[in-house]
Amino acid sequence: MSENQTGNQPETAGESGRGIGTDEWVAQHEQRLNQASGPFAALGQRWLQLPRGIQWLVPLTIALLIPFLTSNDYILRIGVNLGLFLMLVVGLNLTVGYAGLLDLGFVAFYGFGAYMYAFVASPQFGIHWPTWLAIPMVIAVTALFGLALGTPSRRLSGDYLAIATLFFGQMFLVLAVSSDAVQFPWMQEPVDVTGGANGITNVDPFSFFGFTFSSMTSYYFLLLGLIVIGVFATLRIHNSRHGLAWRAMGEDALAAQHMTIPPVRMKLLAFTVGAAVAGLAGSVFASVQLGVFPSTFKLPLLIMLYAALILGGLGSVPGLVIGAIIMVVLPEVLRFPDYSNWLFFIVLIVAVVTTLKSWKIITAVFVSTLAVGFAANGIFLALGVPYLTTPEWTEGPLAPILGAWVFMPEDRLLYGNIAFVLLVVAIAWMTTRTRRTRLIALPFVLWLAVFTWEVRLLLEPSVTRQLLIGALLIVLMAARPQGLFGKPRVEVL
Amino acid sequence: MEYFGEQLVNGIIVGGVYALIALGYTLIYGVLQFLNLAHGELYMMGAFFGFFAMVAVGGPSAAVVPTWLMIIIMFLVAMGGGAGLGVAVERFAYRPLRKSRRLAALISALGVSLFLQSAALLLFGARVRLYDTGQFINLRSGFSIGSIRIDITEIMVVVGSLLLMAILWFLVNRTQLGRSMRAVAVDQDAAVMNGIDVDRVITITFALASGLAGAAGVMSGLLLFPVDQYMGIFAGLKGFTAAVVGGIGSIPGAMLGGFIIGIVEAMATGYLNPTYADFIAFLILVLVLLIRPTGILGKKNLAKV
Repeated sequence: MSENQTGNQPETAGESGRGIGTDEWVAQHEQRLNQASGPFAALGQRWLQLPRGIQWLVPLTIALLIPFLTSNDYILRIGVNLGLFLMLVVGLNLTVGYAGLLDLGFVAFYGFGAYMYAFVASPQFGIHWPTWLAIPMVIAVTALFGLALGTPSRRLSGDYLAIATLFFGQMFLVLAVSSDAVQFPWMQEPVDVTGGANGITNVDPFSFFGFTFSSMTSYYFLLLGLIVIGVFATLRIHNSRHGLAWRAMGEDALAAQHMTIPPVRMKLLAFTVGAAVAGLAGSVFASVQLGVFPSTFKLPLLIMLYAALILGGLGSVPGLVIGAIIMVVLPEVLRFPDYSNWLFFIVLIVAVVTTLKSWKIITAVFVSTLAVGFAANGIFLALGVPYLTTPEWTEGPLAPILGAWVFMPEDRLLYGNIAFVLLVVAIAWMTTRTRRTRLIALPFVLWLAVFTWEVRLLLEPSVTRQLLIGALLIVLMAARPQGLFGKPRVEVL
Repeated sequence: MEYFGEQLVNGIIVGGVYALIALGYTLIYGVLQFLNLAHGELYMMGAFFGFFAMVAVGGPSAAVVPTWLMIIIMFLVAMGGGAGLGVAVERFAYRPLRKSRRLAALISALGVSLFLQSAALLLFGARVRLYDTGQFINLRSGFSIGSIRIDITEIMVVVGSLLLMAILWFLVNRTQLGRSMRAVAVDQDAAVMNGIDVDRVITITFALASGLAGAAGVMSGLLLFPVDQYMGIFAGLKGFTAAVVGGIGSIPGAMLGGFIIGIVEAMATGYLNPTYADFIAFLILVLVLLIRPTGILGKKNLAKV
């Protein structure tokens, strides 16, 4: 028994103001959760009172204005990436968020769509179908492909399905990389199907009846349109017959079956529709990139998609938009050492301030963190560890403070790796202790985090990104499985 | 025929490694009904631990200890490291989720997988490591059946994996610990009422499973598989396939499944296109799941609702 996830489900709300099958305690629990406090509470309440249409209009207007405010191709590029990502999240949400099918091969559909489009619209086979023909073909073929993969899922429960689809996704990757010399029995020479690791280049851009999508701006608007359709469709599905059936099945397949929901058909439908959306996203991707490269479809993309979905709260539509924005924009910020440094300290300070709450304790923690840093400097100096001076490793506005406070050993790899292992151990250890011990340990751990970040993690932005996403999934699942914007499940047994 | 024999031997050897990984899946699934998606990553970490243990005692060519001792140290370090890591993963990533939805635990496992892969990349670098077994073991030694040569490492791997499986079988079926493991597998609540410390049993289960994965990592290293942070994905998936083929939850089934996958794959590599050998395991997985989801030795699960 669980609450609904958007908190807006008028057709099930009874006279007493609570949904059917929701008892008094649960209803009150939701009310308690709604009583937010803090400086933003009033603003948040006001926002929630606005009609749904207006709530959606605000982000849409911002999105529409961006291309007119900036002609910076890089920002538009991020917008396009966000659009593609959001399409994938919308598709994945149907399969995972609603139907509860853990599809870990989802990225393969994306890749499949991209390759299918490249096959019919590139010099690879010398075929150049018009876009209006190519896109429906790609969508149809990918959907069929999803149906084919979904077929074994009839019999599989959660975990089996997860690993079978994971295997499938990895298989797709191997196939894409190794099919550059396929020997067909009826051909003399091996055929280069996928271009191997180099992929397929010179893919045709989209072009409808004479209008060719040549600039980033045009793709930006195309994707914006697709997403508006996608989000609107998801909102419509949410409380529709199929949406309710999917969600019921995701909660408890057996119970859903007893309510006359056909599980096999609904599962296959979820797979097929999810695959079709991914296929469409794939064809857009191929034409934006003007090429397809197998390295795009690796495991990290899948995990980022899941992270976005979960960050926002599974099955919650506004949540998935926000989750996608966080997952796409944050890594872009992390790309620049200066920004990522700022971001790191802001996140750290905000996290400390919001969790500790009492100003006295917060001040004490920050002061002792500073003290720990200077003490560590002293210890390193006393041990005679060779170090780098400030201009050698950092610059920008933070440099004077960081330079004085963080000890930068010459051997960044060694000390950074040791600090990283210690940091992971320390954080894990802290979760098992009482609040008192945690408070005492906090300054040391904070210093260790800063040290690890400055010494080691800043050197490897892409690895750090994956590391943080992995850690985020673990922490999120343990601390807040309903996501940032979802509501906790209340179970009454 | 000779070629067939060679492929058969190769298959059995690789099958031993798969069987060890499969045992880990089976053990954890048997006790917790949970698929540890990050199991392959523990195997990868085990291979790295074994490599660094080898470097620590002087490296492949200039070891300060005799070869047999070095190999034992490598196994001990890898198994210990793997077991420690496995226990930590269970404690911090899976235990908080034991009572929540399955989806949550699986997604957390996905996070663990990515975290361990990128941690390995961060700590050990992107360089591919090789054990260089030829430096300390004479690969010419061993014996031959007809014209098929089997060298000493290969014997060691097969014998070692069989030995570990036998120990595990004994632990689960003939000791008090094994009894409590089986009790937890049947019903956790009932096990608690009978005075079994469920957390402890689950911790030990993870330690055993991950220790076996670590041993499998060293074995694959000794067989000259390249050691890098991505080696765990496919090994884990094939180990899982082996566990499913044999019947997940069954220890003899996992061994059987491991050898079957190894042999079929070796045959596919030998007689078909080697690039598509990975496909074979996937096809087997899909076929088994469609035709007989309980596997060869698995029991039909009667769910009472």
